[in-house]
Amino acid sequence: MSGLPDSYFTYARRQAGPDHGHYPASPIRERAPVVLPGGASLALWVVVPLEFFPLNPSGQPFKAPGAMQTPYPDLRHYTTRDYGNRVGAYRLLKLFARLGLRATFAVQGAVAERYPGLIRDVLFDGHDICAHGWDTDSLHHSTLAEAVENSYITRTLDAIEAASGQRVTGWLSPARAEGFATPARLAAQGIRWFADWAHDELPTRFQTSAGELISMPLSNELDDWQILITYTRPEHEWLAQVTDAADWLAAEAVRLNSPRVLTLTVRPYVSGLPYRIKALGNSLQTVLNRPGTSVLSPDDLLRAVSV
Amino acid sequence: MHRDPNLYDFWPYRDRPKITWPGNKKVAFWVAPNIEFYELDPPTNPSRKPWGRPHPDIVPYSARDWGNRVGHWRLMEVMDEFKVRGSISLSVAMLDHHPEIIRACVEREWEFFSHGIYNTRYSYNMTEAQERAVLEDSIKSVMDATGQRIRGYLAPALTHTERTLDLLAEYGFWYSCDLFQDDQPQPLKVKGDNRLISMPYSLEVNDVITYGVYNQSPRAYADALMRHFDQLLEEGAETGTVMCIPLHAYLVGHPHRIGPFREALRYITSHRDDVWVTTAKEIAEFYLAHHYDQTLTDIARRGNARPGTGFNPIPQEGV
Repeated sequence: MSGLPDSYFTYARRQAGPDHGHYPASPIRERAPVVLPGGASLALWVVVPLEFFPLNPSGQPFKAPGAMQTPYPDLRHYTTRDYGNRVGAYRLLKLFARLGLRATFAVQGAVAERYPGLIRDVLFDGHDICAHGWDTDSLHHSTLAEAVENSYITRTLDAIEAASGQRVTGWLSPARAEGFATPARLAAQGIRWFADWAHDELPTRFQTSAGELISMPLSNELDDWQILITYTRPEHEWLAQVTDAADWLAAEAVRLNSPRVLTLTVRPYVSGLPYRIKALGNSLQTVLNRPGTSVLSPDDLLRAVSV
Repeated sequence: MHRDPNLYDFWPYRDRPKITWPGNKKVAFWVAPNIEFYELDPPTNPSRKPWGRPHPDIVPYSARDWGNRVGHWRLMEVMDEFKVRGSISLSVAMLDHHPEIIRACVEREWEFFSHGIYNTRYSYNMTEAQERAVLEDSIKSVMDATGQRIRGYLAPALTHTERTLDLLAEYGFWYSCDLFQDDQPQPLKVKGDNRLISMPYSLEVNDVITYGVYNQSPRAYADALMRHFDQLLEEGAETGTVMCIPLHAYLVGHPHRIGPFREALRYITSHRDDVWVTTAKEIAEFYLAHHYDQTLTDIARRGNARPGTGFNPIPQEGV
């Protein structure tokens, strides 16, 4: 081995701030104070992905979390995921109605096309929707041809519009995967905010070559898949972690005189199971019972939060 | 390729001569925040891919960026509360990327040591000249930015060559955090007359391992830290032990994790009569001055000293 090429020791972006041009460095403690509607100190934002997992995924460039795992035809995983859209989502809707909680449902184009009734039910119950890509096998990545990536975006927005009558302006990528050009292509197609980058705890401005997006905070470490499935923690520990997070954020909001946002992703096929729904309900109820807590929509956050 | 690194001699954990820390303390306790930079689009080393998914792998990238924007400040606040100075395992490029973090650490008199230039540039396959350049960059860059001469090293992403420890000794480093063979410092068998020690830096209570590999909950991790400490305190009455908590703000700094961690830090630092709350550099300096020779003498007394230095062939018994 004659060593590594000189290029391995060239640090082209060893400069102030991150090694990309999307946003500058900004320690959260130095951010301008934020005022939320109603003077809330803690805002809760719940995101519910509505996903379609094809029975024959290409797995390119990688297999999305939750995708088929056993040899074709993997009816086991197909149906457990479909259970989420048939049963789990309705269990969540019932829980949210009881709690008076307004959530954001991140809708994949394939779900809007196949189950427009589900989208109408979500909207009828007063929830927000945003786009969540075409399906879990239509991942965004850097080697995707521009025309293909643009068609994923257009087709998704069109399918959601057909089902809901809304041209949505929010986006969450399938598996939170992006190519280098994805943010600009989203911006070019009218997306105003996206939630792929969990780089902050407040909305931040995100520059692209096609204009500005707002990057919405959405915790990856606290979501139900991460804790219950990846870390294989039991429900009571997930509940403890959510309430510990709310405790810490609420105390920090008071101490620093600036509200904090608690973000939570819950999947219908994970949290919507009979043995998990009560744990989720207890957890959300505990957070909502806290004085100074508000449930905010993305529009509320975008309007209220100084970015 | 060697079957045995031969970096230290067998030194059983029984009847060791007593280490007494300053003030007769039983445990030398240090906290090592890893302040790291992971690049969005790093070059690939033939031995290891930087990210699991194709570039840009924004899920783990943005999580680490969150650590530098949000998590670091939260962890620093908790450490301030209990008057714990960090010994920073530094991706040296952080001096350029986030000088605001470096300034905050300098103000608090935290110690800096090198963790390579980026945590996405691995030591595998480096030539000696290339590895020297990384060490020289580390020493000079930290000196220029902070006035500190770094004395410790933790190889980037725990990636090494056979010559890493010899080079550290040659460049005047005092300690390496790269080996996990003991709960006390000890001499490393390096080329030349320089003294280099192995500094206990636990992977077992490192938040990356406990959260990401062992899948512990934050409360279980805090409980493990307290039990780890209780045991080292008990054994420290016999001969001084070292406890290190290696941390990553992008993990422990989350709102669902920092609260339980804070309670563990409160518990450990409430034992200040018995605990030397310090930095790795101060532990190394004290050990080199007071206990380094004592260890070598004891290893020799037991007949356990083997010839050779790291990665040099060890004569086979009976040959």
